[in-house]
Amino acid sequence: MTLSQLEVGQIAKVIKVRSENAERRRMLDIGILPGTVIETVMRSPLGDPVAYRVRDAVVALRREQAELIEVQSVAQETRMEMKR
Amino acid sequence: MSAQIETVDAKPCSACSSCNTSQLTRLGIKAGGWDYVVALMGNPNTGKSTIFNSLTGLRQHVGNWPGKTVTRAEGAFSYNNNKYKLVDLPGTYSLLSTSVDEEIARDFVLFGQPNVTIVVADAARLERNLGLAMQVLEITDRVVVALNLIDEARGNGVTVDERALTRDLGVPVVPMAARRGEGVAELLSAVDNVAQGAYPTRPRRMKYRDAQLEAAIVTLAAQLESAFAGLPNARWVALRLLEGDESIVRAVHEGTLGEIRQPNTFVNLTKLEAR
Repeated sequence: MTLSQLEVGQIAKVIKVRSENAERRRMLDIGILPGTVIETVMRSPLGDPVAYRVRDAVVALRREQAELIEVQSVAQETRMEMKR
Repeated sequence: MSAQIETVDAKPCSACSSCNTSQLTRLGIKAGGWDYVVALMGNPNTGKSTIFNSLTGLRQHVGNWPGKTVTRAEGAFSYNNNKYKLVDLPGTYSLLSTSVDEEIARDFVLFGQPNVTIVVADAARLERNLGLAMQVLEITDRVVVALNLIDEARGNGVTVDERALTRDLGVPVVPMAARRGEGVAELLSAVDNVAQGAYPTRPRRMKYRDAQLEAAIVTLAAQLESAFAGLPNARWVALRLLEGDESIVRAVHEGTLGEIRQPNTFVNLTKLEAR
């Protein structure tokens, strides 16, 4: 599953960042790396870009960027833990 | 009611004797000669320009959007009988990215060799902000971390153990709410101590344990140092070349490595009046 397939409110953990070069660098720099837990916050009116919560900051990603982030949906407990 | 509270909050506590900013003289753009150069670095929107203004008395535009400071702005202040030139750099997430304004920030810290680099970190989004702090610690010993927006973090129920963070990073960490003047005195004192070497920093660094990688870095760094005489941070540049960083590869090809961009830094500021 990729980040782009998450519904608003869903939480997932990053498995793999398939972006390349400068794009990959940027993802790592804003804190998106394997193990990072990401929440889908909201979708723009046309559905693209989408806002995600990453390490307490909200970032907007275009669909083609989000499609390169492989994620795994996380269980409810992790979700509660994350929200503390 | 809320308006009343706000007026009280907005006043910096300069009247209070425990808040020692009395040694601070804001010099605006009257830089002249200086004893130390201090760089302000940090992720976008962490309050670098707010700190810049409160130290220099200038009114560098403060705004809540990324890319606002596109060239560097310079100002001056004196503290404890030392004259400081303060350079406000564009916000950057990383020393490794390649937008033009991020390159300005990166090149200044890498090759401009400021005496002290203040890394402004957003206390409410600390995890994300520490990435840049770690990268800066790789290339310079003289760092002070300004843990800004601590008021916002507190409002979110976040408390930061700045003493533990100071120990872990090996450099002073100063909690601040710069827009209220909170922590400015402590920041000045930390910067002054680090500039004069009175505070012995022990920056935390990554260890590269791979012998082959280490050998490649050493070989390449030596070649870089002979090709670019006096190049600071040759090891860092060597690592970037091994990684295939396009902007660094280009700079080596064109022979422009280490050249500090000199935008007309005072253009934006000459129209600003000192307070």
